Amino acid sequence: MNFAFTAEQEAFRNELKQFFLKEMPSYLTLPVMFFAVDMSDRKIQKEWREMAHKLGERGWLSLSWPKQWGGREASMVMEFILIDEIMYYGGLGYDVQGVGMVAPLLVHYGSEEQKRQHLPPIARGEVSWCQGFSEPEAGSDLSSLKTRALAEGNDFVINGQKLWTSRAHQADWCHLLARTDPDAPKHKGISYFLVDMHSPGITVRPLNGIYGGQSLCEVFFDNVRVPKENLIGGLNQGWAITLSLLDLERALYMEQVGVGRRVLELLVDYAREKGQDKDPLVRQSLAEMATEIEVARLLGYRTAWLIDKRVPIPGEGSMCKIAATEWAQRWANVGMQLLGLYGQLAEDSPLAQLAGRIQHWYIRSFGLTITGGTSEIERIVLATRGLGLPRS
Amino acid sequence: MDFALSEEQEMLRKSARDFLTEKCPKALVTKMEGEEKGYPPELWQEMASLGWLGLVFPPKYGGSGMSFLDLAVLLEEMGRACLPGPFFSTVVLGGLPLLDIGSEQQKHTFLPRIASGELIFSLASTEASARYDAASIMAEARADNAHFTLSGSKLFVTDAHIADYMLVAARTGESTKPEDGITIFVVDAKSPGLTCTLLKTIAGDKLCQVDFDRVKVARENILGRLNQGWREVERIVQRAAVAKCCEVVGAAQQVLEMTLDYAKTRVQFGRPIGSFQLVQQYCANMALDVDGIRFITYKAAWMLSEGMSCAQEVAVAKAWTADAYRRIIALSHAVHGAIGFTMDRDLQFYTRRAKAAEVSFGDASFHREIIAHEIGLG
Repeated sequence: MNFAFTAEQEAFRNELKQFFLKEMPSYLTLPVMFFAVDMSDRKIQKEWREMAHKLGERGWLSLSWPKQWGGREASMVMEFILIDEIMYYGGLGYDVQGVGMVAPLLVHYGSEEQKRQHLPPIARGEVSWCQGFSEPEAGSDLSSLKTRALAEGNDFVINGQKLWTSRAHQADWCHLLARTDPDAPKHKGISYFLVDMHSPGITVRPLNGIYGGQSLCEVFFDNVRVPKENLIGGLNQGWAITLSLLDLERALYMEQVGVGRRVLELLVDYAREKGQDKDPLVRQSLAEMATEIEVARLLGYRTAWLIDKRVPIPGEGSMCKIAATEWAQRWANVGMQLLGLYGQLAEDSPLAQLAGRIQHWYIRSFGLTITGGTSEIERIVLATRGLGLPRS
Repeated sequence: MDFALSEEQEMLRKSARDFLTEKCPKALVTKMEGEEKGYPPELWQEMASLGWLGLVFPPKYGGSGMSFLDLAVLLEEMGRACLPGPFFSTVVLGGLPLLDIGSEQQKHTFLPRIASGELIFSLASTEASARYDAASIMAEARADNAHFTLSGSKLFVTDAHIADYMLVAARTGESTKPEDGITIFVVDAKSPGLTCTLLKTIAGDKLCQVDFDRVKVARENILGRLNQGWREVERIVQRAAVAKCCEVVGAAQQVLEMTLDYAKTRVQFGRPIGSFQLVQQYCANMALDVDGIRFITYKAAWMLSEGMSCAQEVAVAKAWTADAYRRIIALSHAVHGAIGFTMDRDLQFYTRRAKAAEVSFGDASFHREIIAHEIGLG
């Protein structure tokens, strides 16, 4: 057992720190957290692109890729260090969909041509991706999805609707699940596609989130032609690929730990400033937050270590997600409690404390235990695929 | 980072598990709860022969020269088996402090005899106030010519009634700061004026009240430095807190496994209860807590083993483990239903021991206060 990072990993973490301290636009530095940078915010778009480009220049968006595709073949532990630090510094420029999900999808299942077309732009931070999974009638029951892909000549023609598609209105590409065999059992008739969001027939309608921004969208597909070459992983093979990607996606929620670490520091400073640092309840509450952050962080790195060992992670991935998201909600609440009456102010109220970011995180946090697999589903996955309990 | 045990540690773990499965069945645990001594001497000698008692002592003191992390593996298996007896007291509360701050003379006098199974040790630090702060040390040791006269009363002293020696924390000097003026003594348990009274506990483990009525202690029996013992007491408690968590790692894992077995086999409404969603949720919650306990504890144990400064990590481990194990026990009872409520099933061993583990060496609130200080709240 060894809980230390290697010299190389420590150096990397340090390199990240120095970079962010220098490069983060000053008005975004304090206090910043993931989701704080609302992607629909026009004035952030430019900074987002610029930062993505800088991250890409340093090879940080392709860390664990094979060398032939411009990666460093770094470990998942290294990737998690990146996520840990990037989120601590606000998450600007890091396209979780593209870097965290589509890149592994391409590396493991993509054809040479698909890799050639899509990996370099992801690595350079030039492209955003959205995930075309959920539908109005297919949320937790994803495999009952109805969006249809019909083979026609050199294309598939896609018809249907996706819902809760994060940042579809800003995405260049979409990785999408559609039904290619409606007669097969539902898990066996799904295929995975890469869809150009500029294709004719795609309509995106952003939804208004309760936190006051627009991130989630409806996406309508009306006879959208997708070249056959954009099928990834084989006809009707989409579900198995999805399962392993979902396991990985769960582990990526460890990003909330980076946010939590930053917020804890802000709250400690805030408590001292407001003379609340000697209040035993405040001390216990912040200490509990510090404890949970450490446990969630350790579970995250454990999962990365297992991924590096090529051990399947259905149980461990779910644990990561549950811990990182549910406890993040608690941490946001700790912040709100510290703010007291100030917590009810809108983010942009002149009297809002800590730039209104705590309120923002608090409201956003209601989505954390729903997106990427609800807590309830995660526990079922952990119990059945992880612990071997019989299915209902 | 490496979250797996080394090959040697795996071997130690496996051999410990095999040994304890055979030699420490639950029937023995029950029997020891009912007996005053609380441990079988034959088993104690077998553990000594296996090198367990001197595991972390250097070979020149009769030990195997292994690390605290290796000891953690052993403690995990002992927790899993609910091993009764004075191993924890003797090794963690007696042997390790002697190794840390004992004089060469003291180390040569005591450590080999601990390793051989001849001596049992304990630590008498907490008093009736039931707190782990310096101000709570009120037992006094007054200096006379060549010796000290020790008077006072200690409470919740594990295995005092069978101990050959006790490390006793007493006040030897006056000061404005309660942390100053405390000294640790190595006291012969057979000293005139020393009486042990066994307390009745939920877990059937052996805790005592120890009264010191003008007990004479020779000057050379000071452990460490006169009036500067508090730092050492804190370190002993800190290490003991992690060691206790190590026991809980094993116990919690066993509780989870028992619960999963039950959920897979118990049938109601025509199907195993593990197929019901609420039961699945409970088991999932337990599993998350078990893994949390395991890794946060091993991290602290590793840091202690490596001699790293780890006040926050130790506190985090104990604070987390205390609350998490309580949750695990509660959920296990929920899944077991009425059958878990009887003495003929194994869950009760763990339930009754869980509270002792939770409150010993600082409960969650105590350690959160340490964390609050460490994160900058003053």
